[in-house]
Amino acid sequence: MSRLNDANLSLAREIIARYPRPRSAMIPLLHLSQEQNGYVTEEAMAHIAELVDVTSAEVYGTATFYEMFKFHPVGRYVVNICGTLSCALLGAGELIHRAEETLGVRAGGTTDDGLITLEQAECQAACTEAPCLQVNYRFRYRVTPDELDQLIADLRAGSLTDEIPPHGTLARTRQQIPADRWVRPVAPEETTAAPAWMPAPEETSS
Amino acid sequence: MTDTTSTEQHVTITLNGKEISARPGEQLIDACERNGVYIPRFCYHPRMTPVGKCRQCIIEVDTGRGMQLQPSCMLTVSDGMAIDTESELTKQVQEGVLEHLLINHPLDCPVCDKGGECPLQDQAYSHGPGESRFVEQKRNFEKPIPISDLVYLDRERCILCDRCTRFADEVAGDALIHFIDRGNATQVNTFPDEPFASYFSGNTVQICPVGALTATPYRFKARPWDLEQSESTCQTCSVGCRVNIDTSRNRVLRVNGVDGDPVNWGWLCDSGRFNFEQIHHDDRLGSPLLRTDGGELAPAGWAEALDAATNALRGAADSASSGGIAVLGGARLTNEDAYAWAKFAKGVLGTDHVDAQLGDGLPAELVLGLPRATIDRAATKGGTVLVLGPDLKEELPVLYLRLRHAVEFDGATLVEITPTETGLTRYARSSIHPTPGHTAAVVRAILDGDTSKAVGGVEPADLARVAELLRGADPLTVVVGRGSLAESAALTTDAAAVLHDALPEARFLPALRRGNVFGALDMGLAPGLLPGRVGLDEGREWYAEQWPGVPSETGRDATGILTAAADGHVDTLVLLGADPLADFPDADLAARALAGARTVIALDRFVTDSVAKADVVLPVAGYAECDGTTTNLEGRVTRLSKRVTPPGTARSDWTIAVELADRLGTDLGFESVADIWAEIEAVSPAHTGITLEVLAQAGNADGVLAPPAEATVTLGRAPEAIGEAASDDATAADPDQPPTDPDAPADAPSTTEAAEPAELAADSEAAVEVVEEVAADVEADAAEADADSDEPSEEVPARVVAGRPALLEFVAPEPVAEPGPVDAYALRLVTRRKLYDNGTLTAHSPSLAPIAPGPRIALNPVDFDKVGVAEGDEVRVTSAAGAVVLPLARDAATPRGRAVVTTNQGVRITELLAVDAAAVDVRIEVP
Repeated sequence: MSRLNDANLSLAREIIARYPRPRSAMIPLLHLSQEQNGYVTEEAMAHIAELVDVTSAEVYGTATFYEMFKFHPVGRYVVNICGTLSCALLGAGELIHRAEETLGVRAGGTTDDGLITLEQAECQAACTEAPCLQVNYRFRYRVTPDELDQLIADLRAGSLTDEIPPHGTLARTRQQIPADRWVRPVAPEETTAAPAWMPAPEETSS
Repeated sequence: MTDTTSTEQHVTITLNGKEISARPGEQLIDACERNGVYIPRFCYHPRMTPVGKCRQCIIEVDTGRGMQLQPSCMLTVSDGMAIDTESELTKQVQEGVLEHLLINHPLDCPVCDKGGECPLQDQAYSHGPGESRFVEQKRNFEKPIPISDLVYLDRERCILCDRCTRFADEVAGDALIHFIDRGNATQVNTFPDEPFASYFSGNTVQICPVGALTATPYRFKARPWDLEQSESTCQTCSVGCRVNIDTSRNRVLRVNGVDGDPVNWGWLCDSGRFNFEQIHHDDRLGSPLLRTDGGELAPAGWAEALDAATNALRGAADSASSGGIAVLGGARLTNEDAYAWAKFAKGVLGTDHVDAQLGDGLPAELVLGLPRATIDRAATKGGTVLVLGPDLKEELPVLYLRLRHAVEFDGATLVEITPTETGLTRYARSSIHPTPGHTAAVVRAILDGDTSKAVGGVEPADLARVAELLRGADPLTVVVGRGSLAESAALTTDAAAVLHDALPEARFLPALRRGNVFGALDMGLAPGLLPGRVGLDEGREWYAEQWPGVPSETGRDATGILTAAADGHVDTLVLLGADPLADFPDADLAARALAGARTVIALDRFVTDSVAKADVVLPVAGYAECDGTTTNLEGRVTRLSKRVTPPGTARSDWTIAVELADRLGTDLGFESVADIWAEIEAVSPAHTGITLEVLAQAGNADGVLAPPAEATVTLGRAPEAIGEAASDDATAADPDQPPTDPDAPADAPSTTEAAEPAELAADSEAAVEVVEEVAADVEADAAEADADSDEPSEEVPARVVAGRPALLEFVAPEPVAEPGPVDAYALRLVTRRKLYDNGTLTAHSPSLAPIAPGPRIALNPVDFDKVGVAEGDEVRVTSAAGAVVLPLARDAATPRGRAVVTTNQGVRITELLAVDAAAVDVRIEVP
């Protein structure tokens, strides 16, 4: 069950077809598998390796480079509290402390009900809004400890379900490429021509 | 990569204020090294793509924009470049990089296997700051973890240079190890539970610049300074890789690859690297054995055993015509051993019933008569290789590496005509798998351009595609071997004959498997042959002058010998390291033959199944226990080195031939290995001019092709290869080690010696003259070869030497009849080999024996489902010849209608084979 399911497998084939070389689809497929299972399973990596014709070790090596791929089960919500300089100066430590107290887990852990994973993150590039955190990579700015408690209560109550999809969800609406916009992928060395759908330079000028 | 790299062109660069000339396209680090300036490095390896990972080779370079710090391994030389490797800044940066690399490196040198030959240790001394400012906690990992059955990884020692991972991906094509995680947590590792099960994993241990990778057979066995190192040639298969044998106290402890430019580029397969363990196996025979009256084999003295052998041979020689004595085997011997036995069998005993192959190879006329290619020719940039036969990854692994490299990096085109998918299939432009029994018909259809209908199970479109690829292929090299023992060798011969006829420009690389089978054939251990690739009739007159006698008529091959023995027509059968019970593709016939021969004399290192049936067993010396030479599949003669003494009283095969001849009243005329080679050089038309002196020249460490076109005799190891590795100097053999004496770069030898043909001419003056005359005959060929090859002289050997018989030319035999179609209930049998099997070398190497995959019969999923048992269940496989029980496997790579069995994996699948059948059909029954 941890391999890609049938629906995702056909989607995976479609994704692979978008690239001139199958292995280019590796990261999109990792996202797909994380969306399916909430994290990237070993079976899924082996499956992706088969699909894009590389070894499992290559998929594993590539995937583990990226912080946002998880290799162990995580909660429905992953709360990343920034702990880098600006946030640290403006109270990130207190935030983390409060979160650990409220959730009853250490940073890096997941609550027993499997709802929330708490993580201390490196800089999230929102230093002007410090201290900041993310819930499934959706920002909350200038968070106070009380606001954090409220956020956790909301997550537990399920009142944010519409706003924040489960961890791993890439998009709630999947892009559909209309047939007339769809071009065959061409390896860079095979063509120098502009994509078929792009108007020729003469036409734009006239 | 393009035409601009011709040798005449060069660029001028300024190195530390001195103008030097460099080759266009060359890496700066190499140019500096060739000019005596060693730049420290860890990640750079001359046989792999530079990645600039370790930063240790940073130097100051001015490319026209002022001095800048640049990694010299990532920079190709360009005209006017100015380099300063001695500046204060360079020194400062290199020290800084080394201090950085040492941050996480544990100080466990005293217990590390690499200590004493460690590039990190050495360069920390030569280019390091001396002290570290790092006082914090180092990275900690679980101490060595096994990443495969043969290799351990100690991640604490790793400096993340990317050599092993690059090798796995780029050279071996088995990217089973990879950088995992990121930043400070980065480590080399495998996918969880998927080990680094590569046939080439040992190379990563050799190229690791620290002690992070260690091999189980060598771990904690020795310290480098206790090892004696000696260059030799691997005799595991017929590729003939150059190796360094490391010994200590009369034991071989390690084998490492040497960068032989024409052959192995420094790489070895794991079988060749680790099967040295068998040398010291407890089961090695250390004393002769004689069959007692009670029917047991019991230890005996040499005098007794030799007397018994002499009596058997004398009785056989007296009793009948030469039909009484037959000699099988010889592919494990050195050239000298093989020659001594050829002279003894053919010249003294007068029998021509001699065959070094056991019905599992190709006819000697085909192997020796077809125009031969070199590995370099096969791997030519933009060339085409047709593989007709076996899975090279399993049988000749380093040839697989070379061909893979040619396809992946040099734009070579690979076409496969094999019975099943092979390790090279994913690199082939086209790969077709004719039904066994129809290979020749398929080749014929391709060459005739008759691609209107399917032939031998190959679709018309595929036939047309192969025909298209072969048309205009230049140069075309055909690797020809036995794809499957279940298909008659006559069909392969036929296919090769058709190719030779239709494509006269094609050169052939015969893919026979056993260590020195080419040396044995060159020395005449085949029916109808005399030493030096000469036919019996053509050479009779010449050898009658050289030898005590010459057989009167052509003898039987292995099949003929065993058939005659089974019928009681062989009085004495001599086995030279041959195990027909295990190897001959008709187990029933082999068993009847050993029972039918009156006396069986076996010269061997172990008691194999066949040796157990012998009456007289003589223990012999093996690999690393004999001096001499060996011959690889190109016909390249290289030197072996004796490093350890054989167990007990075992002795070299040639001394036994001399001893037996002596007892029969004939002096073979040699007292040492050198004597034998001198005689070979003096009588063999294929070895004229290849004197021991020529072989011993430093420039010829990579061997000399036989027959030598006169120019090649003194050609040495290519200068660039010398810069990169290899000479007799132990430190220069490792590209990681700074040369001990920077003023003595190793590229001096071959050029000076090449200019001195006097030595050679003195030995065979007349001969060389005639070689030149004959060269005119083949000038047309040569001119063509000139156009497309760096070493044309290697490709067009002269066929005649003054006063000596002409070399064999291949004459195509009559085509053989094809087998009928497979009936609806049967499957056509295909046999294939795996690198690790129950062969003597692997089975007696404790590290390798457990990783043999074991027996199986693989079916296409469609056929598999019809059988109706689970995967791994045992089924009974029957053919017209016999039956065996094998576990069933499901394998999508197996074509429908075929059954693929692996040979020599503990179940004797030769029971299924009949040597005279064009193809074999089997039925699968559920017991």
